[in-house]
Amino acid sequence: MGWMSALLLIEQVLNGLQSGIMLFLMAAGLTLIFGVMGLINLAHGSLYMIGAFAAAAVAGATGSFVLALAASLVAAAAAGAVIEVAVIRRLYDRDHLDQVLATFALILILSEGTRWVFGSFPLYLDVPAALAGPVTLPGGIQYPAYRLLIIVVGLLVAAGLFLLIARTRIGIQIRAGESDREMIAALGVDISRLYTLVFALGAALAGLAGALVGAIQSVQVGMGEPVLILAFVVIVIGGIGSIKGALVGALLVGLTDTLGGVLLPLALSGVMEASAATSVGSALASMSIYILMAIVLIFRPTGLYGTA
Amino acid sequence: MMRRETILNLLVFLALPAVALAALALDEPFTITLATRAAILALAAVGLNLALGLGGLVSLGHAVFFGLGGYAMGILASHAQSYAPLDLGLFVIDGTKSMPVIWLVAISVSALAALLIGLLALRTTGVYFIMITLAFGQMFYYFTISWPAYGGEDGLSIYVRNSFPGLNTLDPVQFFGLVFALLALVLWIMGRIERSAFGLALGTARQNATRVETVGLSPFKLRLVAFVISGAVTGLAGALFADLNRFVSPTMFSWQMSGEFIVFIVLGGIGRLFGPVVGACLFVLLEHLLSGVSEFWLIYLGAILLFVVLFARGGVIGALVGQGGRHE
Repeated sequence: MGWMSALLLIEQVLNGLQSGIMLFLMAAGLTLIFGVMGLINLAHGSLYMIGAFAAAAVAGATGSFVLALAASLVAAAAAGAVIEVAVIRRLYDRDHLDQVLATFALILILSEGTRWVFGSFPLYLDVPAALAGPVTLPGGIQYPAYRLLIIVVGLLVAAGLFLLIARTRIGIQIRAGESDREMIAALGVDISRLYTLVFALGAALAGLAGALVGAIQSVQVGMGEPVLILAFVVIVIGGIGSIKGALVGALLVGLTDTLGGVLLPLALSGVMEASAATSVGSALASMSIYILMAIVLIFRPTGLYGTA
Repeated sequence: MMRRETILNLLVFLALPAVALAALALDEPFTITLATRAAILALAAVGLNLALGLGGLVSLGHAVFFGLGGYAMGILASHAQSYAPLDLGLFVIDGTKSMPVIWLVAISVSALAALLIGLLALRTTGVYFIMITLAFGQMFYYFTISWPAYGGEDGLSIYVRNSFPGLNTLDPVQFFGLVFALLALVLWIMGRIERSAFGLALGTARQNATRVETVGLSPFKLRLVAFVISGAVTGLAGALFADLNRFVSPTMFSWQMSGEFIVFIVLGGIGRLFGPVVGACLFVLLEHLLSGVSEFWLIYLGAILLFVVLFARGGVIGALVGQGGRHE
């Protein structure tokens, strides 16, 4: 492999890392909500969208990217808390089918509601000027500063989340809630407040991811659902309820998706003509993460870090 | 005396051809097309209902089979349209415009896909199963988008509707009759399956899998068979849907489609043979009426659905015959 292609490869690994860490922010909330409340939440993608729209609106009004990020956290957490109190709370005792349907209904309401307020055209959230250019990494690799920032922010949030769960009082309550709901209620923890808090926390993580990614892609209605389904793949691979599994699964999926898209057409160009290699390669690459999921399922039906 | 539910079922079922015939008399072909659309979507959901209603398998990926049925039609008909034989590697076949042949291919292909997906997904239960079926649906969606041979993202148009011996399928009411006959046939078969030893065992496996194992049956095999039959029926509906629109595109594989199939079942009333038919008719009616009222009609649909899930668990049939869902 030549020097140029090694550089290309490192760049793609960084891209994979970046998309993986954003997936982690989505998957962590989903897996936490499932682990603590036993709820499958299809509307998690809507919270991602709400975060992105809030950021785009605030950035448009104030011009400040930091304020935009703060807005995405606040808006998504607030929307999450309202949704939990109004709807989600009634679903904890229901079967998964009811949860799927009610949260599917929420997607319809939230997506169309957003379209109603903001219109059908995509919004654009600009990367702050200071981060718009590339930075030079050791080895002379030019990489967009903003994407590097996303990786760093994502890793910091992940570390913060692990600390929150492992070290703080609220984390102890969350872990206790995962293993025995009735017991911690009996011990005097306000369980419904804890549930609202966990849901809002998951929502805030999703909203932040939406805002961070929204600056690279466009901000539009329906942007959340493809990410939601990828986050499901992550959770199936990592194991439901495991934050560590969500992190490992997210990085695996991010790297497989990104590298597959680049390497498969390249690898196939050795055995077939260029145009065919591109089309077959990209078709195969679009399936690669699902094949990864299938392989994990064959050997570990409950995921890499799943129990029971 | 017939039960109220049976009477209601018959009324709704006969309402479809009544609407189509009235539309014929009034010369409103668009209404016939709406009735045909409702019947086809009902058929797709009747297929899913075997897995979901009877088997308790919440598949959020049945659009896979709907889409495969659609593309079976699209690919065969496009090769017939261009007179280019279809090279499958091992052997070469000609395209066809014959509906019975297309249906057979659609059913076989979707049954095969259901077998493969079922083998993997049925290793798990509950939320895992929901997520995995959803993920496989997305896999087919992205695959068809990135596969350029059959139109990719733009989809594939078929200029003339496929043929059925003895019928003029381009006449809306004749095509409706054909679709309705298939729906009736499949409902009859599903009714038989529900009451058969297999259906009873499948229903028991949903309620208490251990009980089924105790008598020496494998819940996994029961569910797999149900999933395959279920996928095959939805695949047939996909081929008909493609023929109705004379167009196939990756949206047939989209997760919203899978979600809508579940919505039909629950709107009508889960665990009821005619639930999906009532639900699909209601959905098409609401879509038609509400989309005339507001561009954002899906908000209303979402609100109605939320209300049904939270407060009216027996669906429309349950509300009308005054009893909750059959599942408790």
